[in-house]
Amino acid sequence: MTRSLTMDEPDERNRLDAMAQGVIGKPLDRPEGPLKVSGSATYAAEYRYKIPGCVEGVLVTATIARGEVTLLDESSVRDLPGFIAVISDERMIARPAQGGAGESPVRKVREVQYYGQPIALVVAETFEQARHAAKHLKVEYREEPDALVDPADERATFEPFEDPTIQGDLEGSMRQAAHAVDVIYTTEGHNSAAMEPHASIAQWDGETLTLYSSLQMLRFNRKELADALGIEPEKVHLLSPYVGGGFGSKLGISPEGVAAAVAAIRLGRPVRVVMLRQQVFQCVMRRSETRQRLRLAADAEGRLIGFGHEAWVSNLPEEEFAEPVLQASEFLYPGENRVLDLQLARVHRVTAGSVRAPGEAVGMQALEAAMDELAEASGIDPVELRLRNIPERHPSEDIPYSSRKLEECLRSGAERFGWDKGPRRPCQRREGEWWIGSGMATATRVHNLNEAHARVTLRGDGTAEVASDMTDIGTGTYAVLGQIAAEMLGLDPAAVDVKLGDTAFPPGSGSGGSWGASSTGSAVFEACEGIREELARKLGCAEAGLTLKDGHAVSGNRKVPLADLLEGRDVEEIGHFKPGKIAEAFAAAMYGAFFTEVAVNAYSGEVRIRRFTGAFSLGRVLNEKTATSQCMGGMVWGIGSALTEDLVFDPRDGHIVNPDLAEYHLPVNLDVPHLDVLLVEERDPAGSPLQSKGVGELGICGAAGAIANAIYNACGVRPRSFPITPDKLLPGLPEV
Amino acid sequence: MRAFTYSRAEAVTHAAEQTRDGARLIAGGTNLLDLMKLEIERPDELVDINRLELGTIDEQDGGLRIGALVTNSACAADERIRRDYPVLARAILAGATFQLRNKATTGGNLCQRTRCYYFYNRDQPCNKREPGSGCSALGGFNRIHAILGASESCIATYPGDMAVALAALDAKVEIAAVDGSIRSVPVRAFHRLPGDTPERDNVLEPGEVITAVVLPSPAGGAQLYRKVRDRASYAFALVSIACVLGMEDGRISHASLAFGGLAHKPWHDERVDALLLGREPSDALFDEAADVLLADARGYGANDFKIPMTKRVLKAVLREATGENA
Ligand SMILES: Cc1cc2nc3c(=O)[nH]c(=O)nc-3n(C[C@H](O)[C@H](O)[C@H](O)COP(=O)(O)OP(=O)(O)OC[C@H]3O[C@@H](n4cnc5c(N)ncnc54)[C@H](O)[C@@H]3O)c2cc1C
Ligand code: SF4
Repeated sequence: MTRSLTMDEPDERNRLDAMAQGVIGKPLDRPEGPLKVSGSATYAAEYRYKIPGCVEGVLVTATIARGEVTLLDESSVRDLPGFIAVISDERMIARPAQGGAGESPVRKVREVQYYGQPIALVVAETFEQARHAAKHLKVEYREEPDALVDPADERATFEPFEDPTIQGDLEGSMRQAAHAVDVIYTTEGHNSAAMEPHASIAQWDGETLTLYSSLQMLRFNRKELADALGIEPEKVHLLSPYVGGGFGSKLGISPEGVAAAVAAIRLGRPVRVVMLRQQVFQCVMRRSETRQRLRLAADAEGRLIGFGHEAWVSNLPEEEFAEPVLQASEFLYPGENRVLDLQLARVHRVTAGSVRAPGEAVGMQALEAAMDELAEASGIDPVELRLRNIPERHPSEDIPYSSRKLEECLRSGAERFGWDKGPRRPCQRREGEWWIGSGMATATRVHNLNEAHARVTLRGDGTAEVASDMTDIGTGTYAVLGQIAAEMLGLDPAAVDVKLGDTAFPPGSGSGGSWGASSTGSAVFEACEGIREELARKLGCAEAGLTLKDGHAVSGNRKVPLADLLEGRDVEEIGHFKPGKIAEAFAAAMYGAFFTEVAVNAYSGEVRIRRFTGAFSLGRVLNEKTATSQCMGGMVWGIGSALTEDLVFDPRDGHIVNPDLAEYHLPVNLDVPHLDVLLVEERDPAGSPLQSKGVGELGICGAAGAIANAIYNACGVRPRSFPITPDKLLPGLPEV
Repeated sequence: MRAFTYSRAEAVTHAAEQTRDGARLIAGGTNLLDLMKLEIERPDELVDINRLELGTIDEQDGGLRIGALVTNSACAADERIRRDYPVLARAILAGATFQLRNKATTGGNLCQRTRCYYFYNRDQPCNKREPGSGCSALGGFNRIHAILGASESCIATYPGDMAVALAALDAKVEIAAVDGSIRSVPVRAFHRLPGDTPERDNVLEPGEVITAVVLPSPAGGAQLYRKVRDRASYAFALVSIACVLGMEDGRISHASLAFGGLAHKPWHDERVDALLLGREPSDALFDEAADVLLADARGYGANDFKIPMTKRVLKAVLREATGENA
């Protein structure tokens, strides 16, 4: 049976807290952890060793920014060892699908729109042979000269991506303000750089395609693949049981999956296509660079009367995505005079799409750095300034906030960190060669929900199974879904098997936008509610009077082992969760506060982060360990965004100059101090039936701002340009 | 990757013969294999030298002879190196990662190739990779490129750390030829400037094998290695400085400085050492040293910052080495 739960209004029942098992929220280990650390969890590319006859494809990518492929000369590679075929087919895709697209992205692989675009696939017996042949395939182009590859190019034109928010008179408020800040910040492009490169193995059985792939949202990916291939979604069977990180780059299908499927039909053999690391950079997804103008107008007490945030971003022609830089600016701060305007330029650079916390990741870092400038201009302590700017209601829409523990985060984070409320002036503290300073920022990220199904089976022996095509991209979904079922059904979590990442199971929400645990978890919850009713019926009591604990059903003075109650028969329910109208009724978001201490080398401008505290409120914490780890991961991303990550495009042809992990600098262990994560207790009835909200992305949203603010406090330089590499600090550092 | 044959060298002369005939030596493989996968290096034959007996550090003429196959980890951990040549241990530990240093060898490290982005991209012109094709870095993104000794053909840097310390220590590279003869080349003269033949990184000829690096007797004094980079570890130097400096009666009695990240070779400028010798340390002197060092420096846009950065960091190093306070 399928039971549906539509969230049109807050769920005040708070059922999870009324359950008896006591496992929800506990810092349980991931059940699949031992498989992963011992190398025995099978990732997409590794199925090759279980599939006889599988051959290897490597994508060929364009070496011009714009034009047309006029020749793919098979004779140039035909005699190379192991060569099987060159494939360039109408169905192949030239770009990844945007998250949630559910349809094929732009195909037209022979029409080149960016440097690095896939134009063909070369198949050979071994990976090395395929890679070699792919490098040597002779390609000719008709090149369109002077392609626009750089949004900083004066020919670039920006257009509004959506209707701007314009309220009151921002310019007037800037003039009237007791304190005002009008600044421009820039951020550079980012790459998700997941550890596992994109990889697919395609195998056809008659009309049915089985694709082992590394993907985040199977129910959409299935449709995307089917659309690209021109077949019915039911004919696509996707498997992604383990995903080695996605961070947005695997929300939609990417070129290797379709190429593998097309090649496998053509050759009548299974084909594996693994992207080279350089290709993961060149032809999957980037986060757009941004230019952001922030105008903050405050009264004498520091209360915002005017708020302006304009952003300029870029994407390829035809893409319906613009980095949603202003997402948090819509609701975080007050100011009746408002301008929010997002502008997009079309440039011939690899597709811009979702990279962890699209929008807030870069919008919040600029906003929070500008808030620090306002704190300085007004002489108000940065924490106090934020406390004074917590609006009563949404500043543009007539809706209330759902549970919002921003104040608690600011206060508890400040206390934990030992925030000094004394007057703040830069260049006050020196230890040897290092300037020491502290900074803080607010964190916020919108809360998203997505439709989801999950099947829960309480088996006749009193154990349970949870099944959904939901993915676990390294976040702990296996653990969390098992925990929800265990809590609801009164089981030891070890007695719950969680099966994910297979489109044979009911369609889950997929992993993206931090909605996974709350959405698919709510489907699991709903299925469990159905099972509880069935058990109550069997026991002859009302569901409200049923207690499930340690494998027993208890009502009044009756206590029956589940296995006895079930008499060997399984009880199965499918839970169907729909987000409903709740999203329009409340501004729901996660909140937090970052506090950090940094050291800036007085000679070289190198920055070291010495302490980093984050206090977060995320609704109910479903698993303290995985939630904490997600927050830490976000903070590490914040460090990268603040100090090191910079996707560099060549100004001449738009190729990515640093497409590998040696030169695209992610933070390494030595860049990351002990991360101190504080989870503030919260239940948000508008968040989900679990009173939970999203977790995964919050830790990055604003983190880089806190670091920039601490750098300024340490050494008196605000480059207003991320990442803050030593060369940007040098010109402003005091003489040595 | 192209197909290649693989064999193991049984004797140094055997390895030398093979390289004369076009084979490539493989030691730790940490640089060569990456380049082979990208088909920037395209040897038909690989000769593995790991079985040669070049893996020890021995005392010789009051100094040390470090076999070409001594790993970076072993070298940096050697008690004698740490005691008598701390600048070398520090430089090695400032490079790459534990895992890489465990494989990387002394000989291979000297021969590591530039990290110029365009050198690594076969689809872009590069005179070092393909002589005569042009230099993409000149009009491109050249943040990590040279400010000293570059040419219109190539503005790449030698990226390593170890060799910078060796240059400051005035070590020698011991090179064996096919006939078993040995020549000795100062590290300072081992790497080349690009001129109009940037395809040649160093003076090694076909038919030659590096057998060791020889350190002179210990110089004593302060020995510092300072590396400025974009992240705390696992990044190449933007600027690095190896400094060996002695003081006597308040004056500089010995100074030897070498610089990484600035040129196509570890940069050593005798005039800088000479300027410091016999002088009393002072900020004015340090500025003078920087001015001498950087008199001919030139940036190419994105790397302009290296000039002021070198000046500032040199001051930090000299202050520390001479005991002037930071
Ligand atoms: C991501 C990354 C980061 C790194 N970071 C740094 C860094 O910060 N600082 C730094 O200094 N280095 C760094 N390295 C480079 C590393 O130090 C070198 O790759 C290593 O030292 C090379 O030694 P190897 O023995 O592995 O050489 P191989 O790769 O085996 O060989 C390199 C070259 O040397 C030649 N060769 C080897 N031995 C001999 C010999 N005895 N005689 C003649 N020719 C020989 C080979 O033919 C080949 O051309 C980094 C490397 C990587 C991959
Ligand atoms: S700087 Fe040298 S290595 Fe780099 S592109 Fe130019 S020629 Fe090639």
